[in-house]
Amino acid sequence: MTVSHSVMSRAEVAAAAPARAPGRRSGQWAAWGFLAPVVIYLIAFYAYPLYRNLDLSLHKYTVRSFVQGGAPFSGLDNYRTVLDNPTFWPALRHTVVFTGVSLVFQFGIGMALAVFFAQNFRLSATLRALFLVPWLLPLIVSSSTWSWMMNSDSGVINSLLKGVGLDPVNWLTSPSWALASVIIANIWIGIPFNLVVLYSGLQAIPSDIYEAAALDGAGGWQRFWRVTFPLLRPVSAITLLLGLVYTLKVFDIIWIMTKGGPTDSSTTFATWSYKLSFGNLLPQFGPGAAVGNLLIVMALLFGLLYIRTQRRAMT
Amino acid sequence: MRSRVKTGIALLLTAIMLFPVYWMINVSLTKDTDMRHDPPYLFPVHGTLEGYSAVLHQQIPYLGTSFLVGLGTVALTLVISAPAGYSLAKLRPRGGGLLSFVLLMAQMIPGIIMAMGFYAIYLRLGVLNSAAGLVLADSTIAVPFGVLIFTAFMSGLPDELLNAAKIDGAGTFRTFRSVVLPVSRNAIVTVSLFAFLWAWSDFVFATTLDGGGTRQPITLGIYHYIGNNNQQWNAIMATAVVASIPATLLLILAQRYVAAGVTAGAVKD
Repeated sequence: MTVSHSVMSRAEVAAAAPARAPGRRSGQWAAWGFLAPVVIYLIAFYAYPLYRNLDLSLHKYTVRSFVQGGAPFSGLDNYRTVLDNPTFWPALRHTVVFTGVSLVFQFGIGMALAVFFAQNFRLSATLRALFLVPWLLPLIVSSSTWSWMMNSDSGVINSLLKGVGLDPVNWLTSPSWALASVIIANIWIGIPFNLVVLYSGLQAIPSDIYEAAALDGAGGWQRFWRVTFPLLRPVSAITLLLGLVYTLKVFDIIWIMTKGGPTDSSTTFATWSYKLSFGNLLPQFGPGAAVGNLLIVMALLFGLLYIRTQRRAMT
Repeated sequence: MRSRVKTGIALLLTAIMLFPVYWMINVSLTKDTDMRHDPPYLFPVHGTLEGYSAVLHQQIPYLGTSFLVGLGTVALTLVISAPAGYSLAKLRPRGGGLLSFVLLMAQMIPGIIMAMGFYAIYLRLGVLNSAAGLVLADSTIAVPFGVLIFTAFMSGLPDELLNAAKIDGAGTFRTFRSVVLPVSRNAIVTVSLFAFLWAWSDFVFATTLDGGGTRQPITLGIYHYIGNNNQQWNAIMATAVVASIPATLLLILAQRYVAAGVTAGAVKD
C-alpha cells in the first residue's frame, strides 16, 4: 500500500465516518425493511410447507393423526417403504426417460426453429410470436386437447395414421404407448420456451462473425457447427438445465392425460407422489411426502448446477 | 424470392405447431352426433354453438372464481415482490446475495410438493377449499419470479434519479413510491401478466387445495368435465377455448412483455 493511497483513504474515512456510519446502519434497516415482507413470506409459505412435508415423511401418519396430530416418529421408514415399492424403479425410469427424451426434442427442435427464424424474412416476427401459444395455454387446455386428439377410436391422429396406411395406436390406453404419448404432448408444450430463449441468444451473436466465416468460405451447416453452436454454448447450457428442472416437475400433463397409467406405465415421481397422497381411497401421506422429497433433492441438485452455470456464463 | 420461400416454410411450420389449437376450436364447434365421425371432419361443417352454450350455463362461476383468484394473486405478488426487488437492486442489503439465491432455488421446487405441504397446513387450519387459500398458494409460483424481474429492472434505473429524490428530501419509502414505482411500469406489467396467467392456469394447487370447494377455478371446471366421462367433447373444448382467452389476449396486447418474461427466467440481460 502506497503512502498517498493510505493518506487518501484515511482522509476519506475521516470525511465519511461521522456521516456514513449511522447512515449505513439506517440504510441496512431500510434495506431489510423492504425485504421483510418477502422474508416473512418465504418462511411462512415456502419453508413451512416444505418443513411440513419433511415432517410428514418422517412420521407414521394415518388419516386420523394427519388431521389431529400425534403421529409417531418413524425415522426413514417411509423412505424404505418407497424404495421397496414395486413402483419405485419404473417411476424412476419413467422420470428419467420423460425428462431426457422431452429435453432432447424440445431443445433440438427449438434450436432448429431459432436458427430458422433468426434469418429475416417477411412475417418472421409474427409467426415466431404465434409459436408461443402452446407455452401460454393453461396445461389443462393443452392436455385435454391432446387427450382427444390421441383418442383411440375418434382421435384425429389415428385417423391420420389410417390415412397413410398405418395401424391405429392406442396412445393413452396401451401400456407400451402411454409414456410416449405424454412425452409428445410435453415436447409440444416445451418447444416455445427453447425457441424464445435460444433465439434471444442468437441475437446476441455479432453478425460480423458470420460475415467473416462466410468470407472464409464456410457453408451454412459449417457456420452453424463452427460458429453458432460454440458461441451459444452458455445459453444452451442454461436453457437445458432450466428445462431439466421444469420437466422434472411436470405433473399436470401426465395426470390429466393418463393419471400415470395404465398400470403405472407413465408414472413419474411427480404423479406417483400425488397418487400416494391423494389418488387412493386410503391416502399414504408419509410415503407420498417421501417421494416428493426425493424429487425435491433431484430438482435442487440440477438447480444448483443451473445457478453455477449461469453465474459462470455471466462472468 | 428466397425470402418468400422462407415465409412459406415458416407458415407451414406454424400451421403444424398450432394444429392442436385449431383442433380444439374445431371440436368445440362440432355437433355431438358428428364427434365420432370417421374420418373426423377437418372443419366444423355442421357447426354448432351447443358447446359454448354449455359454457354459459355451467362454467361462468368457475370463470369468475379464476378471475378473482388471478387478481388476488397479482395484488399479493406485487405487494411482496416490488419492495424486495427495490431493496435488492438499490439498497445493498447485507445478505442480499443469499436471499437472491434462496429465491432462485425456490423456483425449482416442484409445485406438487408445495401443494402437499399446503394441504397438510390448510387441513389443520380449516382453510381448505377457500379462494383466499388458493391465492396464497398460487402466489408462490409468481413471487420468486416477480422479485427476479423487479431486481433486474430496478438495477437498470440510474442512481442519479434516486439521489435527486434524496436531495429533495424524500425518504427511502417516498423515493420508492413516488419515483421508482412509476418508472417501473414495464416490470409491473410483466410481473402482473405472468402472475395472473399462472394463477389462471393453475391446476396442481386447485385440485389439491380446492377439490371440494363450492368456488372452484376454471381448470377444475374442465377437469370435472373430463372426469365425468361425459362424451360432450364440444363442451369440454369450448370451455378450453374460453379458458385460453387470457393467454391469447396477453399475446396480442403485450407480446414484448411476454418475450421479456420468458427469457428473464433463463438469461439475465
